[in-house]
Amino acid sequence: MKKAQQTEVLPGTVGEGLEQHGVTRREFLQFCTAMTAMLALPPAMAGAMAEAISKARRQSVIWLSFQECTGCTEAITRSHSPTLENLIFDLISLDYHHTLQAASGDAAEHAREQAMKDNAGKYLLIVDGSIPMGNPGYSTIAGISNYDMLVETAKGAAAIVSVGTCAAYGGIPMADPNPTGAVAVSDIVKDKPIINVPGCPPIPVVMTGVLVHFLTFGNIPELDALGRPKSFYGETIHDRCYRRPFYDQGKFAQTFDDEAARKGWCLFKLGCKGPVTYNACATTKWNEGTSFPIESGHGCIGCSEPNFWDAGPLYQALSMPVSATPSMLGAAAAAGAAVGVAVTWHNRSKKAAAKAAHEKVTVPELKREAK
Amino acid sequence: MNHLDLLTFARGSALNWALIIFTAGVVLRLFEILGLGRKADLAKPRLDSPGSGWRTMFTRSLPPEGMLKRDPVTYIGGYVFHVGLFLGIFFFAPHIEFFRSMTGLGWPALPSALVDASVVAAIVALAALLAHRLNNPVKRMLSGFGDYLAWALTLLPLLTGYMAYHHLFVEYTLMLALHLFSVELLLVCLPFTKLFHTFSVFISRWYNGEIFGRKGVAS
Repeated sequence: MKKAQQTEVLPGTVGEGLEQHGVTRREFLQFCTAMTAMLALPPAMAGAMAEAISKARRQSVIWLSFQECTGCTEAITRSHSPTLENLIFDLISLDYHHTLQAASGDAAEHAREQAMKDNAGKYLLIVDGSIPMGNPGYSTIAGISNYDMLVETAKGAAAIVSVGTCAAYGGIPMADPNPTGAVAVSDIVKDKPIINVPGCPPIPVVMTGVLVHFLTFGNIPELDALGRPKSFYGETIHDRCYRRPFYDQGKFAQTFDDEAARKGWCLFKLGCKGPVTYNACATTKWNEGTSFPIESGHGCIGCSEPNFWDAGPLYQALSMPVSATPSMLGAAAAAGAAVGVAVTWHNRSKKAAAKAAHEKVTVPELKREAK
Repeated sequence: MNHLDLLTFARGSALNWALIIFTAGVVLRLFEILGLGRKADLAKPRLDSPGSGWRTMFTRSLPPEGMLKRDPVTYIGGYVFHVGLFLGIFFFAPHIEFFRSMTGLGWPALPSALVDASVVAAIVALAALLAHRLNNPVKRMLSGFGDYLAWALTLLPLLTGYMAYHHLFVEYTLMLALHLFSVELLLVCLPFTKLFHTFSVFISRWYNGEIFGRKGVAS
């Protein structure tokens, strides 16, 4: 009876939680080794990671969802190593998340306020979705505008993770003509460390991997100029793509279902944005390492880059113009011809005027001058 | 503005304006040059040499006899540069996609490594030609600002394209945007600098061949 009561109590530290779940030391170390490799850390860090995680208190996490499609949450539930269940039961205390929490209405909001109070200055704030700055009524939660909720919740956060391209860079809500005046989290919060984990959605294990890094080291990982962890966003899809050798050989699929596409040739001509997209899809892959979009026959759409939706047509090669058309060139040629005719007319009339003004010199005149 | 935004601008409005100025400029210059006309040659032709102009367009492009003795750097450098540039522009797969989107015409690409080698050869030739231009007293005296400008405008797209392909120095997306900007600069300047020989060279060769034919020294 006493034992049963004990298991019902939520563990204080991660180590206790693991013990309760019957996770052996060996299994835990295996997990840490895998995570160390994924984060591109030195192998020796696995022990340090195990030490840090097992002693850590379960991290309070508040997850705010603004103008988003819940795709990021859908994705994170597919994380396989660690799974979201692992994270929730063993590593974090997910105190507020619309989609995943059981509570609703006042009880849900109360949970958020309680977590903010109990863990002031220590909780991790995860945001998915952009924030509308046009009319506060475009997106509200319990009558609170997204902007107000973000500002209020960000105040006591240790760090913020902007999950998904909408939170990180504005994403699709911000795409032209941006009807709601959507902005990214970093456009509003300026005084907290922000980790951008873009993607539409981000790779599940990248989301959980970033969380594990924060839990292990208590700080944010090394970021690139766009605020993304370098360990996951350090290289382009193109550079790590298994179809890359075909690009180098000049072998391209012309349509999505031709012989070349079936042979696995490069999808550059079909609009693949892999060359300018930084993400880990080609290496980490999706669905427990099964494949990634290019492996399934579709080019990369560049979803982890800012303004990807407005960065030219999705199905036009990167070297094609965004908006130039042959008719535009025709009009330019016509304009050039019109000016050319005018210039020619001017030149010819100048020539004719010079000819008309020409005075013939007679031999006696020349002789006079010679004297 | 992040690098991708810069690239989108380079592929978008910047490219549109560059193409408009280039196309209008080329047509304008052709009208201007051809519209000037030539005085009618009233003399009786020395020899009947039909097609002399057309033949000259071709023969003047072939290596002349004794060129290696006369001026090896200019001739060899000139050939290597022009062939390398031609292959780089017209036979790199992404470039062909550009031409296909604007004209509807497409053709097979060369392997990227081969194009890469031809671009390297063109860059080396350009460097050699500049050194020769500076070292040779006659060439140096004949050279003006326009010549050095043409040299730089041509080198930039080659250099930025090479660096983008090999991921050198600057992040790829930014380098690709810089490559496009350098091409756009070239396009805008081409009709109004010595680079216009791209369009006028064969016209002038035809004229020379034709007029020399009439004077009895047809090639």
